[in-house]
Amino acid sequence: MTTETNNDKPCGCDHTPEPKKTSRRDFLLLLGFGLNAIAGAMIGIPLIGYLLSTFFKSYPLQWISLGPVSKFPEGATRLASYLNPDHREWDGQTAEIPCWVRRIQENDFQVFAINCTHLGCPVRWFEESKLFMCPCHGGAFYENGDHAAGPPPRGLYEYPFKVENNELFIQGGILPTLANPMDDKKPRH
Amino acid sequence: MNGKALIQALNGVYEWVDKRLHVTDLFNHTAGHPIPKSSASWFYVFGSATLLCFMIQLLTGCLLALVYVPSAAEAYTTLEYLTFRQELGWFLRATHYWGSNFMVGIMLIHVTQVFLFGAYKYPREITWMSGVVLMLLTLGLAFTGQVMRFDEDAYWGLGIGAAIAGRSPMIGQQVVNFMLGGPIIASETLSRFFTLHVFVLPGSVLALVALHLRMVLTKGINEYPKPGQIVRKETYDKEYATIIKKEGIPFFPHGIWKDLVAASIVIGGILFCVLMFGPKGPLGEPNPTQIDTVPRPDFFFLWIFAIAALMPDYMETFMLLVAPPIIIGLLFILPFINNTGEKSWRRRPIAVLSVILIYLALGLLTYLGQTSPWSPDMKAWSGAETPREFVEGRSPLELQGLAVLQNKQCRNCHAIDGIGGHRGPDLADVGTRLTKDQLVRQIIQGGGNMPAYGKNLSPYETDALVAYMVSLHPKGELPARDSTIPATPAPLSVQEGEQHEAVGAH
Repeated sequence: MTTETNNDKPCGCDHTPEPKKTSRRDFLLLLGFGLNAIAGAMIGIPLIGYLLSTFFKSYPLQWISLGPVSKFPEGATRLASYLNPDHREWDGQTAEIPCWVRRIQENDFQVFAINCTHLGCPVRWFEESKLFMCPCHGGAFYENGDHAAGPPPRGLYEYPFKVENNELFIQGGILPTLANPMDDKKPRH
Repeated sequence: MNGKALIQALNGVYEWVDKRLHVTDLFNHTAGHPIPKSSASWFYVFGSATLLCFMIQLLTGCLLALVYVPSAAEAYTTLEYLTFRQELGWFLRATHYWGSNFMVGIMLIHVTQVFLFGAYKYPREITWMSGVVLMLLTLGLAFTGQVMRFDEDAYWGLGIGAAIAGRSPMIGQQVVNFMLGGPIIASETLSRFFTLHVFVLPGSVLALVALHLRMVLTKGINEYPKPGQIVRKETYDKEYATIIKKEGIPFFPHGIWKDLVAASIVIGGILFCVLMFGPKGPLGEPNPTQIDTVPRPDFFFLWIFAIAALMPDYMETFMLLVAPPIIIGLLFILPFINNTGEKSWRRRPIAVLSVILIYLALGLLTYLGQTSPWSPDMKAWSGAETPREFVEGRSPLELQGLAVLQNKQCRNCHAIDGIGGHRGPDLADVGTRLTKDQLVRQIIQGGGNMPAYGKNLSPYETDALVAYMVSLHPKGELPARDSTIPATPAPLSVQEGEQHEAVGAH
């Protein structure tokens, strides 16, 4: 070992600090801190704004066409899909969002989100038993979307819909969760 | 130039370099630092083995990033390209996948060993706490890594994440939007998880590993605990210094050889899995409209998947959002709950019992997650066969009932003799458990986690179905009987046909 430094003093030198008085040096140090605090804020606030932009944005539901009502036979439930109205060019297949359309009669519809209300897995429709079943934790829903069995805390999420000129429209464009269910159904508990 | 002169010259070069870089000093303070002889144990190799796995992950991750494109439109295509067309791409993907499994597994062994050997106690509190953060970061890497394999499971896994986030009170929607980078799973979601997986989390791991190792150097590695050796704040530092002085050996070269052997075993293990099992997936395309899918998390998260299925639903939000921070918090402050005293696991029965209980629970939940008996078998109604003895000798009405049972998807949830879904009870002997009236009620009204079929079955379908189910009882075992009706003594030799009459009688 050739250059063992004096470990007792942090700088390894023999300099002893002078008695305390506000000097030019202290002022310049404070100035340095202050200037950097301002510069840091100027650069940091936009960064935080960029990162948290989703927090302050609202994503209103948008009207989306599911096509002519004739696509959906009365008394049946069919899988339909729509292009996410807010999609990006590089979204690929994820831009296409599925949903279940139940045509009760004429212009009376129910359009359900694909996502189970338990943890969001895609529910499947079984025509014969008139049930939606979830492949993840065994949730089941009746034809009208009501909870039938399993852990889901409520019935299926329902899109608001309207029929105009024989065309079915739904209000969508979000992933429904318990925080934003799109409808006003009450949880079971 | 003779040998002596050569050595002299080399020494000169070394001294010149050392004067400027202080490598001898660096070595003495790091790799050459003294450790207690007792700590050069096979039990102490798991920390370095975890670090080794992380190094493998860094290396293979960088190489995968040469080809992978983190865009929702391209990720899947590049995964397929990597797996099937890029030279040795499958090897890289497999090594990264198995490396991650080994890393999580070995890390868990390391945490357990540290816990059982009392190494978290005074004065190694920060070593433990930085380790807890490292464990969370590693699990975070494992979770975000699943998303990088952007297939159907990744897509629906994100949906599950969003559904959990959406349960947060007050700001649920904001949390979902923040997590997904918008209101829906799309390209920005993948980019976010890519940023976490490739920049934020590995960078944090490197920083925390530096702190973790710094603590190992400043406070020393835990001596192999002996029963009866009590940690006291007043005396421990002196005792440890004595151990180092008396029986200290330099980590390099006298302690490290076991770590090196362990490292080669780990690499061998990863290689074995790579060559035997190859890379995982990618499964089906991340196409949301392709709903014929059964989303499952990777092995290390199956226990959470199981908890989500088995919790009573009123506890679920609590278990998903409140319990994890409490458990992590307790783990984090463990050194302050239990700072001194006995270190050896031989004198800490509660510690040993906790470890056994935790691993039993995790193991059982993982097994249940793997088999997931609570999920309906979506194809059973059209695919599951009915064993011969459940068809043979049945009346036309009963056979009609069997057809109803099959067509109405009952078997998605109910197995017959083990074949079919396991959500509900097996029907092979349902006739011994429920009477005809009870069966009618159960089918029409549902209940006990079974949907009501009243609206979806015509009266004659119900009749046939119930007739078939009443016939489902093992030979020689009587069907269930209404206990309010006095039993008539059964004849000595019960014939099949008589049994059926007896059931019809009430």
